[in-house]
Amino acid sequence: MAVKLKQLLALGVVVLTTAALAWAGSDAQPKAKGAPQPVITKAVKGEQCVEPTEFMRRNHMDVLDGHRDKTVIEGIRTKKYSLKECINCHASEKTGSVAAAKDDFCISCHSYASVKIDCFECHSTKPKGSIAMHPLNAETAHLKHKLAANTRTTVSAEDMAGVAK
Amino acid sequence: MSEQNKNSDNAVVSPERRRFISAATATAAGLTIAPGVMLYEVAHGRPEEQAASSAVRWGMMVDATKCATGCDDCVTACNTENGLTPVAESAHPRQAPQWIRKLELQDPLTQMETNLPMMCQHCAEPPCVDVCPTGASFKRADGLVLVNRHTCIGCRYCMMACPYKARSLVHESLNDTQKPDVPRGIGCVESCTFCVQKIDRGDGTTACVEACTASGHNALVFGDMNDPESEISKKLRELPTKQVRADLNLNLGVRYHGI
Repeated sequence: MAVKLKQLLALGVVVLTTAALAWAGSDAQPKAKGAPQPVITKAVKGEQCVEPTEFMRRNHMDVLDGHRDKTVIEGIRTKKYSLKECINCHASEKTGSVAAAKDDFCISCHSYASVKIDCFECHSTKPKGSIAMHPLNAETAHLKHKLAANTRTTVSAEDMAGVAK
Repeated sequence: MSEQNKNSDNAVVSPERRRFISAATATAAGLTIAPGVMLYEVAHGRPEEQAASSAVRWGMMVDATKCATGCDDCVTACNTENGLTPVAESAHPRQAPQWIRKLELQDPLTQMETNLPMMCQHCAEPPCVDVCPTGASFKRADGLVLVNRHTCIGCRYCMMACPYKARSLVHESLNDTQKPDVPRGIGCVESCTFCVQKIDRGDGTTACVEACTASGHNALVFGDMNDPESEISKKLRELPTKQVRADLNLNLGVRYHGI
């Protein structure tokens, strides 16, 4: 009896892990059937996050946690891992915020995973200025600038304007 | 016994020697950066990956003789920069957070009136830091006394300890009205930060000082008190200034002239 129970438990664990991995690994939008999936909208600006998507999905909290202490206590305000920069890229086009509506970037996953999010008790959920008029700088338009630096070609004004769109 | 004495003699470094060593290191550091560029100049517009340095001590001089009656431009500028609701517009004015406030004082004997702004004095020995049970109230390397809201539990010991009534508790949810550069929220104590977001950006000034200068009163001067060539150091050398409650020996970052 005990052996059977153990087997059943092991099977359950395997099924759950596979399901979790499948969810974390898929970029797919919500499916028509089954439990409602979180809506993961692509960032408005930039094409690549500061770290691979997989890494960020699992570790964004640790990365933000380390950065916040450096910023508050030591005054180090690097753009990489800064919550402000997350918001700059991920604010929704509709609400201009990462946490105003239930489909907004941060809220969507956090409500799905039922994890309370405390950042926005104090931090603004909106980028500085309006979403349509993002100030363009090297730190917020990550990939375009990285590519430009690697290929050593000049970036035209039209290219730069394209990043904002 | 005699051996012990010898040891203690060796351990003592005279103040002169210590001063010489620190001066020599400072010169060396200054020289390594570039000829003619001193360490303190670099520290003003420090790169974003560099931590705040104790080579700098930010401070303010208030010239109360120039501070105008009825003018509260500094308060308005502070509210705008840091996203505070003005006290008059607050639903609960008696508990509305204030980072800087205007005081009008009158000598009961001579009837002489004095105007001055009062805010966090950014003490070198801050009592608010001494009493904080979580370490949320802290002094940054460059002399700013700040609250780490990530560790603040809102106990308000620091508000009790502050001799200048400089701190406020945020009693109500701010409902996403915060500025992106100035996170602040319910249940945390806060006070003047010398516009730390502007300092880290390299502006080298604060919103209240900018407003005072723009209004033509020029009652406020802000700068690095460790830099002998800065405007504030020159002013402090020139004019007699006082620290409020100097008897507490807190070594304040805000000095008043004409009080």
